[in-house]
Amino acid sequence: MLILECPYCGVKGEETEFHGGGEAHLKRFGPGSSEEDFEGYLFHRENPKGVHLERWRHVNGCGKWFHVARDTATLEVFGSYSAQVTEPPQEIKDAISAKRPGWSWREFA
Amino acid sequence: MRRYSAFAVAREAARYHTGWERAWRSPEPKKKYDVIIVGAGGHGLATAFYLGKNFGITNVAILEKGWLGGGNTGRNTTIIRSNYLQDPSAAIYEKARSLYETMSQDLNYNVMFSPRGVLMLAQTEHEVRGYQRTAHANMLQGVETEFVSPQRVKELVPIISLSGPRYPVLGGLWQARGGTGRHDAVAWGYARACSDMGMDIIQQCEVTAVRKEGGKVVGVDTTKGAIDCDKLGIVVAGHSGVLAEMAGFRLPIESVALQALVSEPIKPCMDIVVMANTVHGYMSQSDKGEMVIGGGADGYNNYTQRGSFHHIEETVRALIETFPMISRLKMLRQWGGIVDMTGDRSPILSKTPVENVFINCGWGTGGFKAIPGSGWGMAELMAKGQSSLTEEFGLNRFREGRFVDESVAAGVAH
Repeated sequence: MLILECPYCGVKGEETEFHGGGEAHLKRFGPGSSEEDFEGYLFHRENPKGVHLERWRHVNGCGKWFHVARDTATLEVFGSYSAQVTEPPQEIKDAISAKRPGWSWREFA
Repeated sequence: MRRYSAFAVAREAARYHTGWERAWRSPEPKKKYDVIIVGAGGHGLATAFYLGKNFGITNVAILEKGWLGGGNTGRNTTIIRSNYLQDPSAAIYEKARSLYETMSQDLNYNVMFSPRGVLMLAQTEHEVRGYQRTAHANMLQGVETEFVSPQRVKELVPIISLSGPRYPVLGGLWQARGGTGRHDAVAWGYARACSDMGMDIIQQCEVTAVRKEGGKVVGVDTTKGAIDCDKLGIVVAGHSGVLAEMAGFRLPIESVALQALVSEPIKPCMDIVVMANTVHGYMSQSDKGEMVIGGGADGYNNYTQRGSFHHIEETVRALIETFPMISRLKMLRQWGGIVDMTGDRSPILSKTPVENVFINCGWGTGGFKAIPGSGWGMAELMAKGQSSLTEEFGLNRFREGRFVDESVAAGVAH
């Protein structure tokens, strides 16, 4: 069972308090983009066995969306951070690097 | 291969069972094969079997990083049915169901196919309309199902409570020819038949890289060394994304944990399979008397082969309302498997951007029932480059918007 901390209200709760929202930091492609980009945005997912950046919503709490860095192979949570960013803040990257040296996620890190 | 028969049992009994052979060989890998299948689960072994049986391709290796049938093939709730809404789904699942009927004879291996019937409960008005629609669709597809009344449900399942306050039973979709099978035996039977055709099943051999030359596959690197091949089939369910990354393409798939559990054995009380999709629970009774219960999937990416406890609680809580007599049962075991979910909840059997690499994945929460049909279609796709069973399940359907949308049709318990 996951224990997550909402970065907005600061509440630490187990996973039934939250709802998973899938992969984070998707780059959006809309009308005018190539078919490959649009398909990739809509359907393709990283789905790594390892470090995964993802969206969660504090449904049974403040109701806000936020981001979580987690390992899908061990269920270890590296930290949660604001939804208002396009990539994880440095302290989250450092926390991941400390445990998973050499991790990577698309174009950053 | 020595055939199994009543005579063989008598013969071996007379000589203290010293004459049984191993069901399949465990050879070292050769330098090169015509076809390499990654993944010795049901789907991978079935693919190899029909490559040999239908197309005479027997220079085949099946590579498995763990042990044969140790993934989702050994972790499912063994339900076999084909009552799907969309035509392409009904075609491949019905092919699979019909192959299950003769599988024990075809493989000379008892897979204990038990066509005891599968009943999907309609517990909301929405489900009633949905299942009536499915029953009509099935009639057109030549799949035998019918929508039955609550009274008929009670006749079929005497232990059911029709008048639950939250989830009353309003009817059900009944497929009399559905049922269960022995999941391990399906993998073992195919493995024995593949080995007998001269194929090499190589266990504890993990693929670490896919080698390409000029956009074409030439082989794989494994923990037992490099192996060359002309064609590569990736049939690895939850780990499809990992293999696709090695081969250099992306998939519209997310891997999540799905759980099941069994109770202590009790006397026979339910002789069909009951699925309650509104509450994400399904149940049957095994030959040993255990109640086999399947639950819902977790809502986040997961590779750990174990799921969240609260899903077990939700499943059991809902089933207890529908089956009050199971409330005092002790649960013996709980386990999880990693299922590969696509956006439209339909599988992918397809060529890939890498030439001569084929992929069979995305069966999500319902792959066991499809094993023979999946192998049949995948073998044809790999041997001939196309198959009528798989043509609607290509990777390009996502780009072209031609979904085979079963997520609405079948709910969660696929």
